Amino acid sequence: MAKVIKIKQGLDIKLKGKAECAVRVVNAEHYAIQPIDFHYVLPKLLVQEGEMVKAGTPLFHDKHDERIKFVSPVSGTVETIRRGEKRRLEAIVIRSDGKKDAIDFDVDRPLDKENIKQVLLGSGLWPTIRQRPYSCIANPDDMPKAFFISGFDTSPLAPDMDFIASHFPDSLQKGLDVLSVLTDGKVHLSLHAEKTKSEPLLKAKNVSLHWFSGPHPAGNIGTQINKIAPINKGETVWFCALQDVINIGRLFLSGRPDFTRLYALAGTGFVNPHYVRTELGASIREMTDGQCCNPNYRLISGNVLTGIKSEADGFIGFYHNMLTAIPEGNHREEMLGWMWPGFKKFSFSRTFPSAFVPNDLQPAFELDTNMHGEKRPFVVTGAFEKVFPFDIYPMQLIKACIVGDIDLMENLGIYEVDEEDFALCEFIDTSKNDIQAIIRQGLDLVRKEND
Amino acid sequence: MTQQHHKSNYRQKPNDSFIAPKKRHEGRLKDHISSLRRYVDNIKPNFVEGGRFAWLQSTFEAFESFLFVPDTTTKRGCQIRDAVDLKRAMITVVIALAPAMLFGMWNIGFQTSLHATDWPYELGTVASWWYCLWFGFLRMLPMLAVSYIVGLGIEFTFAQIRHHEVNEGFLVTGFLIPMIVPVTTPLWQLALATAFAVIIGKEAFGGTGMNFLNPALVARAFLFFAYPTRMSGDNVWIAADLWGTDAITSATPLAELAAGIQPSASALDMFIGTIPGSSCETSVIAILLGAIILLLTGIASWRIMFSVIVGGGLMGLLFNAIGANAYMQLPFYYHYLMGGFMFGAVFMATDPVTAAQTNTGKWIYGLLIGIFAVMLRVINPAYPEGMMLSILLMNCFAPLIDHCVVARNIKMRQKRALVKQKTTVL
Repeated sequence: MAKVIKIKQGLDIKLKGKAECAVRVVNAEHYAIQPIDFHYVLPKLLVQEGEMVKAGTPLFHDKHDERIKFVSPVSGTVETIRRGEKRRLEAIVIRSDGKKDAIDFDVDRPLDKENIKQVLLGSGLWPTIRQRPYSCIANPDDMPKAFFISGFDTSPLAPDMDFIASHFPDSLQKGLDVLSVLTDGKVHLSLHAEKTKSEPLLKAKNVSLHWFSGPHPAGNIGTQINKIAPINKGETVWFCALQDVINIGRLFLSGRPDFTRLYALAGTGFVNPHYVRTELGASIREMTDGQCCNPNYRLISGNVLTGIKSEADGFIGFYHNMLTAIPEGNHREEMLGWMWPGFKKFSFSRTFPSAFVPNDLQPAFELDTNMHGEKRPFVVTGAFEKVFPFDIYPMQLIKACIVGDIDLMENLGIYEVDEEDFALCEFIDTSKNDIQAIIRQGLDLVRKEND
Repeated sequence: MTQQHHKSNYRQKPNDSFIAPKKRHEGRLKDHISSLRRYVDNIKPNFVEGGRFAWLQSTFEAFESFLFVPDTTTKRGCQIRDAVDLKRAMITVVIALAPAMLFGMWNIGFQTSLHATDWPYELGTVASWWYCLWFGFLRMLPMLAVSYIVGLGIEFTFAQIRHHEVNEGFLVTGFLIPMIVPVTTPLWQLALATAFAVIIGKEAFGGTGMNFLNPALVARAFLFFAYPTRMSGDNVWIAADLWGTDAITSATPLAELAAGIQPSASALDMFIGTIPGSSCETSVIAILLGAIILLLTGIASWRIMFSVIVGGGLMGLLFNAIGANAYMQLPFYYHYLMGGFMFGAVFMATDPVTAAQTNTGKWIYGLLIGIFAVMLRVINPAYPEGMMLSILLMNCFAPLIDHCVVARNIKMRQKRALVKQKTTVL
């Protein structure tokens, strides 16, 4: 094994309800693509309610770049087009006919850059490829410096990427082969030094392997980019989630877009946390068998740090690989909560007794959605640095984003980060600020300025 | 493929995948909403916009969140949040201050009993031990009350005017101010100093988190410069009786040294703290207990504490090496034991808002505080206590230190980009 990159700053939040390695197949009736999942995309609708679609039929495209299409993950009919305030497009809901009809793409041509881009753009798999800076959909005309793929996920209750990779070994390798053509640089696949055990990942070809160890956010793509080849101003790197690599591989093996993937259902909201095999954008109600209307639990599309609160009639997000259910924290019975020792409370700071239990003996926690305090100005310093493994000053960058100083943001390394990298800072923040939103605001501002 | 085919893979019947409603929160909520909670809920409409007491909204919210953990839940970003909040952080500091406070109370009584001619209680019995504490408690109580009433009154008013929440910062400041002034300070002076510290030292810059000077030290500096005769010299340190502001003549070690004589107290006395001085900062033992609490909980920066002590020691050693006068020849560790050095290092320099914010900056900031504190003591006899001025001075320089540290990081990033550009051009 080559050099192991040890991540020292970070935090593993041990939560109850990790998904067991058992798979249940769900053929959901409803699927949806939600434009809200994509940063900086201005959707132009291409279908109408009642129209028949196949897997791969474009539902809408980006007005800024019409080549970037967003397609139906299954075959069926467009049931509803949900709109929100000011007629903003919220979701295009497809009722599946269960036939799995798909549009065929010509993948027998030589796999050069142009052909691959054409197939990916046409089949609606292009949006799975994202870029840094800004963490938005990659611009097909760019030439990325390198391509990054994370082979493990360290976020709380995250699905086991080993388990997922072992389900689709051929598609995975094919996907890596295809992506390696897209960049003149390398495809960097990062694995966990101790935990990665599955053959398809360990024996991956056409990539340069990197080994990481340490707590979350070691598995975040931002951390890995920063440690392997940090982004400088003017550079672009692309990245792609492991399950999307598998989908891309499958497309190039069969010539038909197939968005089948595994989602982890995790958290104490499930009796028996497990994996679900279904297509991208499946209905949450159907994934959880309709029993997710319990008001005492919150359903989150994605993990607890970066996911989005979802309603029971919602759909799993485009970039999410899990569904989490944790208790709502709207209980009010706790009197003088700042005073009691709080034996069952979890805190990264050592102001609660749970901090002094050795890590091995520490039980998993059941955390709810309570804020545990009110918003305050920043007071505590030096805490973010303990969970932020970049050579960037987090507090200074956050403050630069708040005041909107673009030069300062650039100087402090805004191009290397996105909101996901600050999720732990937000979690541990004593002052309860919305740090992820602040960072995204900063990114929006810089992008607007650079356009 | 239907679900039936894969049932063998799946351990539980699909229909059971979602848990039945848990009764925990629901049950407790119904059974245990206390009458107080109901009372607070009842009067709440008066304090929201449009209510009779809408102008007291911030005040009401401050008290409500003091009594009950707010039931607000996460909306966007992280769906879970750490259990710590500013209230918790501040109460931890107050707990860490408690040993010094208790010892200080006892010492106030003890010093009076040593010197007062009409000390009514016998010495050397358990009862007298309690009487010392009781005496000190009675002296400290009005000072604490004045500090909190004046300070919180101003904080609440400002929060109300700005429609902000009331911040917890003053919980610590209000506790600190009586601890670092002589027990003989008249209450009206204390009130003035507190008001000055909160308004000019804090609210003028935007309140908690925005100030650049440590508010408690601003209060002390105000007294120091406005009423110098009450703050330094021989006869300010020991209360003559319970209610008056008369003092008994007894010099602190620092005053003795400034006057050119060796301190009369032994190093052990100074370490334990049975010497005259500001009300609660004499005992190094009690302060170290507080330091242990702060370091265990991670609330204060060990970098700052450690580097202040290193800085002071280095400067003391340097003076030892020069040895031009008696003060310079004083063993370097005496500086830790005398005056407010340890109290400043543990509780004042570590204030996260006014200290340097970067980790490298904290080292520099702490070292310089230690160096300047000892330098001021030894070289400038006009100001016997250099710690207060040294911390205030470095408070002013902390942003500059951070600026330099961050500039280095920026330079590194620009250099990396340049190297990259060159290699790609070649």
